[in-house]
Amino acid sequence: MGKYLLRRLAINVILVAIAASLAYMLAATTMNPRAAYEGRQPPVPEAVIDATLDAYNLNDKTPVLERYATWAKGVVTGDFGKTWNGGSVNSEMGRRIMVSLRLLLIGTILGFALGVALGAFSAVKQYKLSDRLIGVSSFVIMAIPVFVLATLLAIGTYNVNRGLGFTLIEYTGEYNPRLTGWDQFLNRLNHLILPTISLSLGSIAFYSRIQRNMMLDVLNQDFVRTAMAKGLRRRTALVKHALRTALIPSATYFAFAFGTMFTGATFTEKIFSWHGMGAWLVDSINQNDVNSVAAVTFFAAVCILVASFLSDVLVAALDPRVRVN
Amino acid sequence: MRSKVVLRRLVRNKQARFGFIALILLVVLAYVGPFCGAYDWTDKDFMAFMSAPDADHWWGTTAIGQDMYAVTLRGMQKSIVIGLLVALISTGLAAIVGAFAGYFGGWVDRVLMWGVDLLLVLPSFLIIAIVSPRLREGASWLWFVVLLAAFSWMVTSRVVRSMTLSLREREYVLAAVYMGIPRWKIIFRHIVPNLSSLLIIDATLNVSGAIIGEAALSFFGFGIQPPDVSLGTLIAEGSRNATGYPWLFAFPAGLLVALVLSVNLIGDGLRDALDPGSNS
Repeated sequence: MGKYLLRRLAINVILVAIAASLAYMLAATTMNPRAAYEGRQPPVPEAVIDATLDAYNLNDKTPVLERYATWAKGVVTGDFGKTWNGGSVNSEMGRRIMVSLRLLLIGTILGFALGVALGAFSAVKQYKLSDRLIGVSSFVIMAIPVFVLATLLAIGTYNVNRGLGFTLIEYTGEYNPRLTGWDQFLNRLNHLILPTISLSLGSIAFYSRIQRNMMLDVLNQDFVRTAMAKGLRRRTALVKHALRTALIPSATYFAFAFGTMFTGATFTEKIFSWHGMGAWLVDSINQNDVNSVAAVTFFAAVCILVASFLSDVLVAALDPRVRVN
Repeated sequence: MRSKVVLRRLVRNKQARFGFIALILLVVLAYVGPFCGAYDWTDKDFMAFMSAPDADHWWGTTAIGQDMYAVTLRGMQKSIVIGLLVALISTGLAAIVGAFAGYFGGWVDRVLMWGVDLLLVLPSFLIIAIVSPRLREGASWLWFVVLLAAFSWMVTSRVVRSMTLSLREREYVLAAVYMGIPRWKIIFRHIVPNLSSLLIIDATLNVSGAIIGEAALSFFGFGIQPPDVSLGTLIAEGSRNATGYPWLFAFPAGLLVALVLSVNLIGDGLRDALDPGSNS
């Protein structure tokens, strides 16, 4: 087991290195950070621009491989370099990871919990009205891309707020910096409502479909019948025996989603103006910010690999058959 | 014989029937609709900027006086073509790579699967986002199709490979081998046709995936480049002032959802018809 894990770790490290290096090369050869300095009024002398870009390791007059070597040396020691205007990529990344975490933690967990509950419920009520209703609505929601859903939510809230004459639900930004203490906490919660709905609706639909199918598979099996035959009430048998076994596939998806959570919400973050990791990818591409692009890619690759590792571990923990093998 | 059974199951399937009817209506709207409207998608009406839907401009006009009806249908044509092309390329690629890797085994398998792993790790969003705005020449959207397809076939090719591993030991494949038929011919004549149910379902779901993918990238300005339009660019444009001018957002977004929903319905119905045992 230890040897297998070690080999897997080594392969993952190589894959992350390849992905990040390629992203850096692509960004460094095609993007032009110089443009941000050249068009200024009054014009900045070229020597000054060169010196600034050199200091940030962004000068396109330096050969790409040389810049890459400097960047790679930094990354190995844990320093991702400077942003296009001289800020530290590390501190920016730390700040944005926290923003994404505050935004996404609730939505991800809520989506999973509600989705599983709905799926299990609709399997137990197979072919009844509630099952059909859940099935059809999850099918429709899965056809709505998140940027359409988020915009619809924003329009709806705008109209509700205007109809009421005051701001009931906020829909831009993370919090109102003028408030303090308890008021600010409530204000933060208020700002969370819309992005959380837009994030979790899709995953509720997704998990409910998987969970329903798995639950249907399990419901007719011998061990559930045995559980009921030995005198358990139907509800106890369903929750303790059937649901637990049927949870395995949803749980592995959840482990994966939990790992990729930080970079998965680009649209939600952009539309509701949260400055998290997902929004940073789009912003850094638009700002010709080479080092930030490479850093986001590095982070995303690490997340994906950690997530797939997590989901493997979770399967082994939940499924006795895998553990034996 | 089997195709008849599948077809009968498909016609009897309510989801698939709704999906097909909706999709046909949408395609007809996209390709015949422009002839019914009074304006061409390149026309600009300088007497009506941002005007609400009325008898003259059925779906209203944009900020530069384009007729929303004509522009939206033009965008839908592009989205449909992109979805079909991406699905065709990516499923074809998945079938060929997976079948070759699984059938030949050995170093061919190792090299191909290594390539698949590498493509899975590469930041596809980043690559498409950086490359596609730089392709401003005439047929830049074709390059965009190639890019989208290049990053969407890998998972299917893994599935195809593992199914090929079991197919290559079947009697009819072995018989073909003993008759001296070249191996590439066996792959195209015996292996790939026997994977057809998987490939048909995959291609259908790839269509809706590609339509959403195109719209998503275009939403950030990384996809279809102006002056060309697609549903994604229209939604991006419309969502910026959707509260004041809802018709700019409602028509393209509604058509996008309808398109994706109908394709998904067909895909689901196809899965039931081709593969009755499966339940996902």
